[in-house]
Amino acid sequence: MTESSVPVARLAGVVKRYDRQTALDGVDLVLRRGELLSLLGPNGAGKSTSIGLLLGLIRPDAGRAELFGLDPQRIEARRRIGVMLQSSNLPPTLRVGELLRLTASYYPAPRPLAESAALAGVGDLLKRPYGKLSGGQQRRVQFALALCGRPELLFLDEPTVGMDIDARQKLWAAMRRLVAEGCSVVLTTHYLEEAEALAQRVVVLDKGRVLSEGSVDELRAKVALSRIRCVSDLDAAAVARWPQVASASCADGRLQIATADAVAVVRRLLDADPALRELEVQRAGLAEAFTELTRDTDLPEAA
Amino acid sequence: MNAVTVPAAEPSVAAGMPTRRVLGAYLAEARSECLRYMRAPGFMLPIMLFPGMFYLLFGVVMGKSEGVDAARYLLASYGVFGVMSPGLFGFGVSLAIEREGGLLTLKRALPMPPGAYLLGKMLMAMAAAAVVVLLLLAMATGLAHVVLTPRQAALLLLTGVLGVLPFCALGMFVGTLFKGQGAPGMLQLIYLPMSFLSGLWFPLSMMPGVLQQIAPVWPSYHLDCLALAAVGMGQGAAWPHVLVLAGFAVAFLLLAARRLRRHG
Repeated sequence: MTESSVPVARLAGVVKRYDRQTALDGVDLVLRRGELLSLLGPNGAGKSTSIGLLLGLIRPDAGRAELFGLDPQRIEARRRIGVMLQSSNLPPTLRVGELLRLTASYYPAPRPLAESAALAGVGDLLKRPYGKLSGGQQRRVQFALALCGRPELLFLDEPTVGMDIDARQKLWAAMRRLVAEGCSVVLTTHYLEEAEALAQRVVVLDKGRVLSEGSVDELRAKVALSRIRCVSDLDAAAVARWPQVASASCADGRLQIATADAVAVVRRLLDADPALRELEVQRAGLAEAFTELTRDTDLPEAA
Repeated sequence: MNAVTVPAAEPSVAAGMPTRRVLGAYLAEARSECLRYMRAPGFMLPIMLFPGMFYLLFGVVMGKSEGVDAARYLLASYGVFGVMSPGLFGFGVSLAIEREGGLLTLKRALPMPPGAYLLGKMLMAMAAAAVVVLLLLAMATGLAHVVLTPRQAALLLLTGVLGVLPFCALGMFVGTLFKGQGAPGMLQLIYLPMSFLSGLWFPLSMMPGVLQQIAPVWPSYHLDCLALAAVGMGQGAAWPHVLVLAGFAVAFLLLAARRLRRHG
């Protein structure tokens, strides 16, 4: 096999149990070079377990976890990755520059310090002790540490939690730049708009299984719902009983309807309420698709 | 697909790392570990203050009436008392807190060379032990007029710097048993009684016979014997004490390593 055909990271038939609870139940996952893959799922879906397995922090009970075709616990494999975990309290008395220099020393060919700092937007913080930074600044420093080794694969676990909108946008831009350089990224996030904006491929996990896998568009297409919003006096409960209407609710005088057939419902709405104003029709976003997908699993299993 | 067009970043070369850079990583880790604690007054102050204050009170001020021999004796035992704490607390508390705070997990995920984390902490504890011994040496010769040959002073320093290691191992083991803030309390429960029972506060000869008899159980007792020998007040051969301390260090290191591997 040539190097480029070996997946950057792979889970194959992985099972992981904690005591009696099954965290992952036969998960297959392949990450290709230069790809940004987003792992989505409700809490307890198995996202952190998947990342822990790929990082070699935990071992699978069955199946295989690989980085670059190697055991993730091999240091040769880990020298090619960068990591940003959800919570890591770094030494508060060390300065940002010192933390960057230390982390870069683990890697064979790290980025120059100034470049890492600029990419993560921490150039002005280098002399500050880590403990004196705000939560958002600390996250940016952790991002700088993740990319300072010039990794071929970046693990980002909830990277933008605690960041303001501006910082989040900058981090997105930096991630896009890294991907353009050929770096692969595994991203877990609670913000669906983040996955929507960045991911080439989305894997939805729920209860330890892969529920769905595909591009953001493919995932959205699976849920053929549209969202209709308008200001109307119509009773939401009555509208909810119309055929084709999946759900309807009313908040602050605004009627919100989810439907698979927006055209038919809009026609009926206009007939029923001539005074209707501010009509809006929107295709379902990833958020709706995600809710639909994970809700289905609560029903009794069909197959 | 597009796998061909993406620039392959010399994959086979990237995985290897020259020995010089690996050594550099060990050095960087040790340097960071020392820096972060030397800068934390909450860590360094108690370590230096307690043995220093005790020595000032009992060795220098009250020692005047007891003669120079008392000051010499207390230099050894407060030296041991001072050396124990960077080992126990430097290792145990920081490990317990870093296990809870996620730093250890991050370090395990990063390509830090094996053992660099523990080696860094070890060097930090040795450096802190050296600072404590030097402080007491300065007080003993400057204030209490204890006369030491350069060889004796160097031997005491060496005893302190190496003698911290069994306590590092013990601290590390406790650090693997407790997470976060549970560890400091537990370590105090070990540190203070063990110091007392090994005759570091009062000479063993002033204590009940039972306590004198069980004293050899404690590693601090053996380190005290070595420290006394270093300042010229030793009795009997040194090597049994060295062996006991080495065995103690290895045993707790293995226990701790096993727990770390299993529970992280």
